Amino acid sequence: MSLYIKPVYLDADKCNGCVSCMKRCPTEAIRVRDGKATVRYERCVGCGECVKVCLTHAKKESCDSFDMLKNFEYTVALACPSIYGQFNHLDNLDYVLNGLLKLGFDDVFDVGYYSRFVSAATRRYIKDTDAKPIISSACPAVRNLILMRYAHLLDHLSPLKQPEEVAAEAAVEAAVKKTGLQREKIGVFLITHCAANLLNKADPDNQIDGFISLKEIYFPLLSEMNKLKASDLKPKAACDSHGVSWGCSTGESMGLGTKNFIVADGIENVMTVLNDLEHDKLGDIDFLELNACTQGCVGGSMNLENPFLARTRLRLFREKLPLVSAETDDISKYVRAKPYESKESAFLLSANRQEAMRKTILVKSIYDKLPKVNCGSCGAPTCKAFAEDVVNGLKVKCKFSKEEEIEIK
Amino acid sequence: MGDSIKLRYDVNGEDFVTCGQASEDVKRTLKGIGIPSATIRRVSIAMYEGEINMVIHGGGGVAEVEIFEDRITIVLKDTGKGIADIEKAMQEGYSTATEDIRELGFGAGMGLPNMKKYSDEFAIESKVGQGTTVTMTINFQEDA
Ligand SMILES: Nc1ncnc2c1ncn2[C@@H]1O[C@H](COP(=O)(O)OP(=O)(O)OP(=O)(O)O)[C@@H](O)[C@H]1O
Ligand code: SF4
Ligand code: SF4
Ligand SMILES: [Mg+2]
Repeated sequence: MSLYIKPVYLDADKCNGCVSCMKRCPTEAIRVRDGKATVRYERCVGCGECVKVCLTHAKKESCDSFDMLKNFEYTVALACPSIYGQFNHLDNLDYVLNGLLKLGFDDVFDVGYYSRFVSAATRRYIKDTDAKPIISSACPAVRNLILMRYAHLLDHLSPLKQPEEVAAEAAVEAAVKKTGLQREKIGVFLITHCAANLLNKADPDNQIDGFISLKEIYFPLLSEMNKLKASDLKPKAACDSHGVSWGCSTGESMGLGTKNFIVADGIENVMTVLNDLEHDKLGDIDFLELNACTQGCVGGSMNLENPFLARTRLRLFREKLPLVSAETDDISKYVRAKPYESKESAFLLSANRQEAMRKTILVKSIYDKLPKVNCGSCGAPTCKAFAEDVVNGLKVKCKFSKEEEIEIK
Repeated sequence: MGDSIKLRYDVNGEDFVTCGQASEDVKRTLKGIGIPSATIRRVSIAMYEGEINMVIHGGGGVAEVEIFEDRITIVLKDTGKGIADIEKAMQEGYSTATEDIRELGFGAGMGLPNMKKYSDEFAIESKVGQGTTVTMTINFQEDA
């Protein structure tokens, strides 16, 4: 029924209604109804916080199944740099990429290779724009958080495509050229560590056909990698030292030729920085690298390794790899065809201003009678959210208030 | 015409950390009724600066906000030390903030000028020893 992408889903049998996820969600997208967590997907930014916090593993990322490869005649895997932090004793990136080929992909692309072009375009954009600081659009959860809750900062959001998008375009072009197949017969798959990537499906320019969880393929991949000998390896890895660094926070900022950047990771910290930007409190800053996950992509919910160790591994690769930089004067090729649009309507009380104002007054009168303890036992994350739910016509109860008090007259 | 939305906040003069909660709540309210983003940013900056001034210079007070269909009015009232020379205080770069406060990134002397810049109507009244009242109105222009 819903037209919205669902980055996460609930395994209802496992959910015990503990409200942990509801309390953690940065956009108040979750409500617990009849003892089960439900998501209002129009508000979900895909941050994966609910997945990470759920002790019973009832919350999961809604990735595509590996079987989806069968729907295509030719398949390509896109591997993000954070994947290189997930293996102990990995000394050559090509083991990972060749392992993916062994799993059944016809080709594999190293996404980190494309970050140099995005960095070059970003350097150019920093020079050209007045809307500083530029906010990185690399983290899809942050991007969606801005569209939903900070649309007034949209001018600052980088309009550039991100490495996995550029890689997907390159993969399609190469596959068509190589096989002569029609686009529909070619399947481009992102091996993903993060539920927010799934929101790319709603993007009209999206070239990624399937999103496969790294968690799902990890052990089969590892076993293929273990069977490989150095002499079997096809040269597929193309990351340079910056490219591999994009897998964790600060990596992106290092390639921008400015020292005036801020790096923040973890969704709460991201919001702190956005609030300061909103109040014009950041001063002379060129770039904000904001990642919803701790330590950046290595902290995504579908990784296996702890983000700190993964980060160290990426650093060790960075030290071994050469630095290759690109330049571009014409960034038009890297600008997204369709500009980002506000998704704030998800938080409107009504599309009609008078009606919305009437509802706001009602929300306030109900809220004033509530205990304001934000206990969550009503199934809403805060007393404010509860009052909004009542006004929106949901049949909900507050343990601490008499029903007739909070009834709408 | 329907009723206006009336909001009232106590702004604690001791508390730096929670400062900004009133403007945060106003922002949320405006989003709920579909005010365009550009206007929300203006309100947000103007009100936040006013709130901070109440805490840093005014010893706390009360923020009263009224939202109409076409505009918002914000009245920030404190009973602090007041401002002796309002004309001076309104100048860009004028500040009496202490070194400590500057260390925290405040005290650029841009608060009042920005509040005036971002509001459509701006008034400030102050009496030394009695307190300061700032009144701002921002009209809701629809996004072009
Ligand atoms: N509510 C108030 N009560 C007393 N004095 C005030 C009040 N608001 C402003 N002032 C005085 O006016 C001066 C200028 O205020 P303004 O907000 O422009 O700058 P600031 O607060 O010093 O620095 P900034 O706002 O840039 O952090 C202040 O330094 C202070 O002396
Ligand atoms: S964290 Fe959420 S999904 Fe998990 S058991 Fe608790 S309510 Fe259910
Ligand atoms: S993924 Fe994030 S935004 Fe979506 S429901 Fe979970 S916590 Fe909320
Ligand atoms: Mg000030």
